[in-house]
Amino acid sequence: MDIKINGKTVAIEADPEMPLLWALRDIAGLTGTKFGCGIAMCGACTVLIDGEPTRSCSIALEDVSGEVTTVEALQGDNGALHAVQEAWIEQQVAQCGYCQSGQIMSAVALLASNPSPTDADIDDAMSGNLCRCGTYPRIRAAIHMAARKLAGA
Amino acid sequence: MGKLLRRTFLIGSAAVAGGVAVGFYMYQKPYPNPLTGDAATGESVLNPFVKISADSSVTIIVPRAEMGQGVVTTLAALVAEELDVELADVKTEFAPAASVYYNRAMMEEGAPFPAFDNSFLAEMTRDIQGVVAKFLALQATGGSSSIIDAFDRMRTAGAAARAILIAAAADKWQAAAASLKTENGKVVDPALGRSASYGELVAAAAGQEVPETVTLKDPAGWRYLGKSQPRLDMRDKVTGKAEFGVDVRLPDMLFATVRMNPRQGARMTAMDASAAEKVPGVVKVINLGTGYAVVADNTWTAFKAADLVTPEWDKASYPETTEAVFAEIDAALKAGGGFNMRDDGDAPDAIAAASGQAISARYTAPYLAHATMEPMNATAQWRDGKLTVWSGNQAPSSIVTQAASVFDLWASDVTVHSTYLGGGFGRRFETDFSILAARVAKETDGKPVQVTWTREEDMRHDMYRPGAICEATAVVDGEGVPSVQLTTASQSPIASTFGRLAGMINPPGNDRTIVDGLWDQPYALANYRVTGIPVDMDIPVGFWRAVGHSHNPFFHESFMDEIAHASGQDPLEMRLKLMQPYPAAVACVQAVKDMSGWGTPLAADGVKSRGRGVAFCLSFGTWVAQVVQVADTDDGIRIEKVWCAADFGTALDPKNLEGQMMSGIIFGLSAAMGQEITFADGAVEQGNFDAYDAMRMNQTPDIQVRVLQASGKMGGAGEPGTPPSLPALANAIFAATGKRIRQLPLSKEITFA
Repeated sequence: MDIKINGKTVAIEADPEMPLLWALRDIAGLTGTKFGCGIAMCGACTVLIDGEPTRSCSIALEDVSGEVTTVEALQGDNGALHAVQEAWIEQQVAQCGYCQSGQIMSAVALLASNPSPTDADIDDAMSGNLCRCGTYPRIRAAIHMAARKLAGA
Repeated sequence: MGKLLRRTFLIGSAAVAGGVAVGFYMYQKPYPNPLTGDAATGESVLNPFVKISADSSVTIIVPRAEMGQGVVTTLAALVAEELDVELADVKTEFAPAASVYYNRAMMEEGAPFPAFDNSFLAEMTRDIQGVVAKFLALQATGGSSSIIDAFDRMRTAGAAARAILIAAAADKWQAAAASLKTENGKVVDPALGRSASYGELVAAAAGQEVPETVTLKDPAGWRYLGKSQPRLDMRDKVTGKAEFGVDVRLPDMLFATVRMNPRQGARMTAMDASAAEKVPGVVKVINLGTGYAVVADNTWTAFKAADLVTPEWDKASYPETTEAVFAEIDAALKAGGGFNMRDDGDAPDAIAAASGQAISARYTAPYLAHATMEPMNATAQWRDGKLTVWSGNQAPSSIVTQAASVFDLWASDVTVHSTYLGGGFGRRFETDFSILAARVAKETDGKPVQVTWTREEDMRHDMYRPGAICEATAVVDGEGVPSVQLTTASQSPIASTFGRLAGMINPPGNDRTIVDGLWDQPYALANYRVTGIPVDMDIPVGFWRAVGHSHNPFFHESFMDEIAHASGQDPLEMRLKLMQPYPAAVACVQAVKDMSGWGTPLAADGVKSRGRGVAFCLSFGTWVAQVVQVADTDDGIRIEKVWCAADFGTALDPKNLEGQMMSGIIFGLSAAMGQEITFADGAVEQGNFDAYDAMRMNQTPDIQVRVLQASGKMGGAGEPGTPPSLPALANAIFAATGKRIRQLPLSKEITFA
């Protein structure tokens, strides 16, 4: 099965029912996307499919029709970080860090569709992403900061 | 410094692998330096905490688990400060399991004296606990103790390494060491204007005598410490590169999962694995006695096939339902006995004397799961009778001890590689997930196997925060000072944990983990009795963020609030009055009073009502006051704001400490709002975040933190933010609605927006 992942077409030999998450992690070797719950309740596995934030633990390979973008592809070819990643660093968001790939992918999708989100917009877009370290106040600040960075770019 | 130098000495160095090895030892009995055996060519091991390469790159060894609390950065800063190198450029590695990395401060915190007690007896007992820690060589992360433990040790490691680099330069230049200085990775000779990089000097440092004492920098000259530092792990954590236990990848690695008896600890009496074994990609199904493992070529196949196995589970050895469990706790409470952890004056007599006037309350707290974001997992491999384990864990030395015991190995035949932890909160202090992986790997013919638990397996096989019941009684005298009697009954986290870990002994004295948060609080009351009653049940319980301080402060501080209201006192002013002998406590309470505008009227625009609640807790050496503000809305209670003032004694990284307080608050509020583990048919009912959720972005209040450092003694950071948050919320709900909720989670009686 051919899946387009991070700009490359990858041949995945697996059961078509396998959730995308496990194909990414155990077959394609992309471990940046995390397993948290398996039932789309925590958002740790969030990737983009054609730009839409998607819980990769709950979509089967056979249902993946668009291009998959994972956290590994956010950096430019020259290694430059995405504005959201830069803001995450400047706000010192991550603690244990395990949920942050998913948080960042949700934030990237939010800012792509809404360049200057309000706090309520952030609540709507981000409340599916659980963080047990409680980094939410800094995530909120980092999203606002990333919005300013992207507007200035 | 005097105390440090008497305890600490450094002995002569020896050449290894073309470089330098210097022993750095506590007390007088040296532990071997675990790094000398595998130093890379051109890499010099200056002591168990510092390696320098010929190209001057510096690697600092981190002997504690990074589970989000920022320990990697602060431990590296302690070394970099004294070694005089650029913090942003240092590399860090997690330490192997080795005796030299034992945690002294964690055991000292276990001593049976409150943190505010600096008496000779208290200090002496803490010293003895430190010696116990050394004999156990317990390399563990817990009890908010890492920085307290590392503060002198890591700085001394940096200073000792710097001293031999200077000595090497002095030899090379035939100059007096005292005339030389260091400057950001170089030794310089200001008189003659010459310099040499650390990389140029490490080889020449071979054979250098390490001075018996080193002088640490005056804090006034600190370059990194006391100032917020960018976390060294941040870039890898925003790019997906940080390696957690589940991210370990090895050649020919297999993937597996386990399903253990949901009635914890009980046997599996039979198993039909025939359907699972037919699933393409399944390598084998293994009977583990109390459950089974499915090994496959990927994790999802293992999960799917595990569902197809039909096991028969034996009965639980503990009561089968939540009601029966709490009936057991209640029966222990009614039977009385236990131990008095605090008994000032005569509280029962004072309460009896004021017959009919007493304020009484009964509080309950549920069992709780840790629910780390990363489900339990570990990777293991057997080669030539030797075991290697890769896992995100809080206690590598316990994994070695336990593996040696379970598999009848020498400790030297067990190697533990520690990764980042996707949350710990006490859960990864346990060894179960690492040992299970080793048992599975026994059956995979030398191939490495990664064993990942489903979320459901994780939530149903935890070592829970124990449920507890507390009965509280008080009378208040004419001055508004209460006589207080508190009796709490629960299982013991430390007895349960130490019972599981072979080779560990219980700390001496009464069981603090049952009464912490009740007996050790800085209230000056003439009559104050706190009694703990251990409940003997087989439900595995353990260290949940703040341990006894996770639920007892809800009892203590809710009751203080009830006392204040019943006696017509402002709850915050009453605390200020009762805490007068403890200036650090007063300063924290005063700070949140100022920050929150306590006492000023709250508008109720657009909501039914608003209210503020206050609570205080001294835990893990850190003094913390919090005010929570809630609004009662048509959708339920909304937590709007939290103000927190915390005195850490010494605040090495204020921004990180702020983050830890926010984290602890959100962790506590999550539990207070809705978390509860219940039992049916001997099994935990909750399996995933749909039934056991935590606070989300849309519920997160604005949180303001003030970092204070006046208490005079360094406290911890990972846990102390949690304890006051639960009672401050309950007290705020009372202020807003008049509803006093005495059971957790609060959602049993109220809805949250």
